[in-house]
Amino acid sequence: MSFLIDSSIMVTSQVLFFGFGWLFFMRKLFKDYEVRQYVVQVIFSVTFAFSCTMFELIIFEILGVLNSSSRYFHWKLNLCVILLILVFMVPFYIGYFVVSNIRLLHRQKLLFACVLWLTFMYFFWKLGDPFPILSPKHGILSIEQLISRVGVIGVTLMALLSGFGAVNCPYTYMSYFLRNVTDADILALERRLLQTMDMIVSKKKRIALAHRTMFQRGEVHNKPTGFWGMIKSVTTSVAGSENLSLIQQEVDALEELSRQLFLETADLHATKERIEYSKTFQGKYFNFLGYFFSIYCVWKIFMATINIVFDRVGKTDPVTRGIEITVNYLGIQFDVKFWSQHISFILVGIIIVTSIRGLLITLTKFFYAISSSKSSNVIVLLLAQIMGMYFVSSVLLIRMSMPLEYRTIITEVLGELQFNFYHRWFDVIFLVSALSSILFLYLAHKQAPEKHMAL
Amino acid sequence: MAALDRVKVLVLGDSGVGKSSLVHLLCQNQVLGNPSWTVGCSVDVRIHDYKEGTPEEKTYYIELWDVGGSVGSATSVKSTRAVFYNMLNGIILVHDLTNKKSSQNLYRWTLEALNRDAAPTGVLVTNGDYDREQFADNQIPLLVIGTKLDQIPETKRNEVLTRTAFLAEDFNAEEINLDCTNPRYLAAGSSNAVKLSRFFDKVIEKRYFLKDGNHQIPGFSERKRFGGGMLKSLHYD
Repeated sequence: MSFLIDSSIMVTSQVLFFGFGWLFFMRKLFKDYEVRQYVVQVIFSVTFAFSCTMFELIIFEILGVLNSSSRYFHWKLNLCVILLILVFMVPFYIGYFVVSNIRLLHRQKLLFACVLWLTFMYFFWKLGDPFPILSPKHGILSIEQLISRVGVIGVTLMALLSGFGAVNCPYTYMSYFLRNVTDADILALERRLLQTMDMIVSKKKRIALAHRTMFQRGEVHNKPTGFWGMIKSVTTSVAGSENLSLIQQEVDALEELSRQLFLETADLHATKERIEYSKTFQGKYFNFLGYFFSIYCVWKIFMATINIVFDRVGKTDPVTRGIEITVNYLGIQFDVKFWSQHISFILVGIIIVTSIRGLLITLTKFFYAISSSKSSNVIVLLLAQIMGMYFVSSVLLIRMSMPLEYRTIITEVLGELQFNFYHRWFDVIFLVSALSSILFLYLAHKQAPEKHMAL
Repeated sequence: MAALDRVKVLVLGDSGVGKSSLVHLLCQNQVLGNPSWTVGCSVDVRIHDYKEGTPEEKTYYIELWDVGGSVGSATSVKSTRAVFYNMLNGIILVHDLTNKKSSQNLYRWTLEALNRDAAPTGVLVTNGDYDREQFADNQIPLLVIGTKLDQIPETKRNEVLTRTAFLAEDFNAEEINLDCTNPRYLAAGSSNAVKLSRFFDKVIEKRYFLKDGNHQIPGFSERKRFGGGMLKSLHYD
């Protein structure tokens, strides 16, 4: 009986998450496009729903809600479904939509989609070879095999995003890095842009006029085609056309210049807006946060280096450690069990919520930047894949932040994975990502004022 | 012959609807072979004979300014784009017949271009809602062009064409539906070519032959000055 109640609770929450994913898709991701293939929207919402359910189960684990056996059952079920989606459905549909975009292969869409999917499976399987993630006693199609590979990809993604985010966050928040932009700068650049456009227009007018006069005079201005045409054009050259091609080259160069100027002007406008924003109360708050985050970022990089160099894996989670410190060093006595449950709930809850929110925001930005009306379906499915893998691996890693008594279910459900490997791998990729982001941002920052000065 | 008069026509629309292909077709009479994303603004020039075939025939340059981007861009991008909206004489609104959202976004595009005078910083002061009265007062000639006609299956064509007819009526504008990869839609003498020619003539007339000689296009902020009874847009018959 209680199993039924528990299942109905789970199903209701899953439907809620599905609805949220659907709304997010419609309102945020696809707000400029028309949804023609509802399959894409359904897949995205389903992936989102099952990923959120995993987090929900962790929270239930900590709070002790629902029956323990029904929790275990739902864990297994959820995991199977999500693996099914991530390994079978989404890649297949990605292949299908990629193939539909290519006109040549239109006839046998399904066939080529299957071929693409098989290629994906091959590489996916090969991924597991260089990593020490498995004990050989498991069969081919067990959950452990699939999860381990999904985990590797997901952890890499998490570490990359996390490293870049850790560096980028203080860089964007702190106003120390804002270049000084005045209205006069912007006006000067805009004037230059308009002058360039005027020059382009006047040159194009000359070309258009020349074309028209030649057309009216009955000369057909064709580019020399074919072999004999090229030979002929060597000896009999039309003076007008030579002039025109020269002007055309000038126009191309000017157009390139106008594009650069446009991008620089947009950049200046954005910087000016940020400067204005930083003077507001909210801006000052974020500036302060930026200093705080930069310290946090440096500390994380330091810890990652220490972990790698000294081959150290943290055994206890921050909650238990914090409680130990308070009890032993500060001598404050309190009900350890009660507080540990609540604090870990809050901590894990915060981690979950911020990672979901952060990921959705990043995905949305990514989507706006690179999608077009042709490729929007493929890109959304790619994002759904990334999102699923990300959430699965955050479950893997979150195990570290939880006290021992709550870790058991994850260990039980996910089987004998080498959790330590994943943490080590995360540290390595995080370090690499953070250091390269610092380098990249440093170069970009240095280059920009030089460009600005050169005007 | 070099110093012909000019008018400036803006070509607006969402990303990927085919503005660059359209402008290339209009100006070079050729199909654009390799369309790629427009960064910033690309201009092309078409030579147009005003009142062709009559004794008052005169040749003008028509500058087609194809502004790239999406209507939901960041404010900084919108402020940068606003620099191109100076001294407009006409607007061509381009939408994709296979994508309803691009048609809906045309209202916002028009507001962005026409509101530029109302707010010097280029930030929109309206909430983007469509208001038919605002468009009724508008002095700048509009033309609505729907692209990718070939991708609509025959069965759905009527429904799509009715929808776009309503759209054009909202803007008080003519409409043309075509496929930018096929020059025959704008072949000389076809009804589309006639509509295009009429539109350009209207733009030239508004610019050069308006009675009060005021070629500075009033923004919406100056609506009150003209009061309720408006100069109806002149139709060239």
